[in-house]
Amino acid sequence: MFNFPIPQLPVSELIEAGTQWLVDTFSGFFNFITQTGSSFMDSFTNVLSWVPPFLFILLIALLAYFANKREWGLPVFTVIGLGYILNQGLWPQLIDTIALIVVATVITVIIGIPIGILSAKSDTANAIVQPILDFMQTMPAFVYLIPAVAFFSIGMVPGIFASFIYALAPTVRFTNLGIREIDPELIEASESFGSTKRQKLFKVELPLAKNTIMAGINQTVMLTLSMVVIASMIGAPGLGGNVLTALQRAQVGDGFVAGLAIVILAVIVDRLTQSLATDRRA
Amino acid sequence: MSTTLKVSNLTKIFGENQEEAMKLVEENKTKQEILEKTGATVGVYDASFEVNQGEVFVIMGLSGSGKSTLVRMLNRLIEPSNGSVEIDGENIMEMGEDELREVRRKKISMVFQNFGLFPHRTILENTEYGLEVQEVDKETRREKAEKALDNAGLLPYKDQYPDQLSGGMQQRVGLARALANDPEIILMDEAFSALDPLIRRDMQDELLELQKNQKRTIIFITHDLNESLRLGDRIAIMKDGKVVQIDTGEEILINPANEYVERFVEDIDRSRVFTAENIMSTTPEYMTKGVDDARTALEHMRKKDISNIIVVDEDMILQGYVEEPEVAEAVREGVTELDSLIHEDIPTVKPKTLVGHLYDIIHDTYTPVAVVNKENKLLGIVVRGAVISALSEEGRDEVLNK
Repeated sequence: MFNFPIPQLPVSELIEAGTQWLVDTFSGFFNFITQTGSSFMDSFTNVLSWVPPFLFILLIALLAYFANKREWGLPVFTVIGLGYILNQGLWPQLIDTIALIVVATVITVIIGIPIGILSAKSDTANAIVQPILDFMQTMPAFVYLIPAVAFFSIGMVPGIFASFIYALAPTVRFTNLGIREIDPELIEASESFGSTKRQKLFKVELPLAKNTIMAGINQTVMLTLSMVVIASMIGAPGLGGNVLTALQRAQVGDGFVAGLAIVILAVIVDRLTQSLATDRRA
Repeated sequence: MSTTLKVSNLTKIFGENQEEAMKLVEENKTKQEILEKTGATVGVYDASFEVNQGEVFVIMGLSGSGKSTLVRMLNRLIEPSNGSVEIDGENIMEMGEDELREVRRKKISMVFQNFGLFPHRTILENTEYGLEVQEVDKETRREKAEKALDNAGLLPYKDQYPDQLSGGMQQRVGLARALANDPEIILMDEAFSALDPLIRRDMQDELLELQKNQKRTIIFITHDLNESLRLGDRIAIMKDGKVVQIDTGEEILINPANEYVERFVEDIDRSRVFTAENIMSTTPEYMTKGVDDARTALEHMRKKDISNIIVVDEDMILQGYVEEPEVAEAVREGVTELDSLIHEDIPTVKPKTLVGHLYDIIHDTYTPVAVVNKENKLLGIVVRGAVISALSEEGRDEVLNK
């Protein structure tokens, strides 16, 4: 075998030590996040579970009806699909999963949009942000689970953390793209009337980039949903847990039931976020 | 007339090696050579001009001549590399961000080639944008915006969105939006270039009409010479980032500053630029009523070999004309006074009448056309030959340079 002239570099050891250092140094901070995060997620899940399933299904169907230009397809699918999940006894898992994707998405949007705006405004910021996003997107999702557990132990919170890392890229990228692709004449028009940077952003850039940003958020939601099964490996409760259990025990039937539930949820969430995004004006 | 806008030595060079590029422009190198040597692009070089209050100042040039860059430096949408822009005596180059914003809000508005309307806002919301960013209260700005739309005849469309309107209407909104701020200066960047020819004519007329009533200072960018001549009180012609001539339209046609301008104006429809004043003979043959008698008139006509002659009074006020056969007859019958022989049906025009219009008049008459001022005082006459040669390329120099 070819003898590499340089001895093996201790990359693994360095990462290990770095992570350990972070955990040791910021243990208070991480504990705080874990505790408040857990109790917040518990109460959020409780609120969602408190809503009777039939009412919940009705509300989602109504939302689908009005968001989707008053067409009947999606509401009917919603009622049948969620009814199936209820019928299969997966309702608590469904609620856990919804709680996870809602919170992960909200956090991603709150952090992702400002980063997207920053990278649209500054080429330097963009040059820094893009490779980091590439890295986050291509690194196998399982790898995030290790530091997630180290920082936040197991349960809902590390699941959200891993989902956030995995799903951040589209929101940032689409926000950046949406602002950059605005017709320069409109930006000039806004500036020529003496808009401040803030006015330009809120009155012109964000409204015009809205559809693109919403497409990014849609992608983010779908990515968090695809993290559901992976996050269950570190104890995040939900439909993913059932899939994982079925996998470990080789139960094809149970695996299919839970898997189908995830597909149903994915379709509903995708169509809902899409119809919220496509407004007539942009 | 007072100066509203004063531009001095305005220069914009894009890219690196600006100093080196600047040196090369001074050496009269072309844009191409400079780009090859330094990698820098000369947008505008050393533009200086003054625009008077109430004037329509046209900046004309082909694409790449730097005209769009130049107009964007006037409100600093593009930051100049060198030079100054003074508005009402204040140099905007020395202004901080806040002062500049105030100037953009209050003094100078812009109209764009592709209208620059915000697609997510209604016509009314677009029109009030300029007032909205000034944080004018909602009622006042709505009132002002509605008034601006009403003046443009667009009020019924106020709740529609830009994509529901035709191009011409969209640009009327663009103009109404610029006017809603009540600015002193309006920058119009190829404002009518995206419109089809008929609509474009209408918009030009509307702009001229507006100018009659409001007298704003307008900087109008175009690549169309006919448009420049129609709208501009004065025209600046640009080539490769330099201003090559600033003059009135007539002056540019008559005395092109160089070969480039000359080639540019070659194909122009002169009938829409030249006026009676440009082609009239200022030393016409005429008889004076009460001074010259019938016999003098007859002799004069025979000597000059003309069949009729214009008659004025002692203050040069136009009276009409007399005809050779009638005068000859009268002389035979012993009439001496011209008074009874004068025909009053002579066509008259004002000095500013366009040659295109004269062409129709002269076609229907066999007398010369008299050019008179408001008091009907004779300034000169236009004969058929002058009209025809003014419209032909070869005749231009003979007729106009005398």
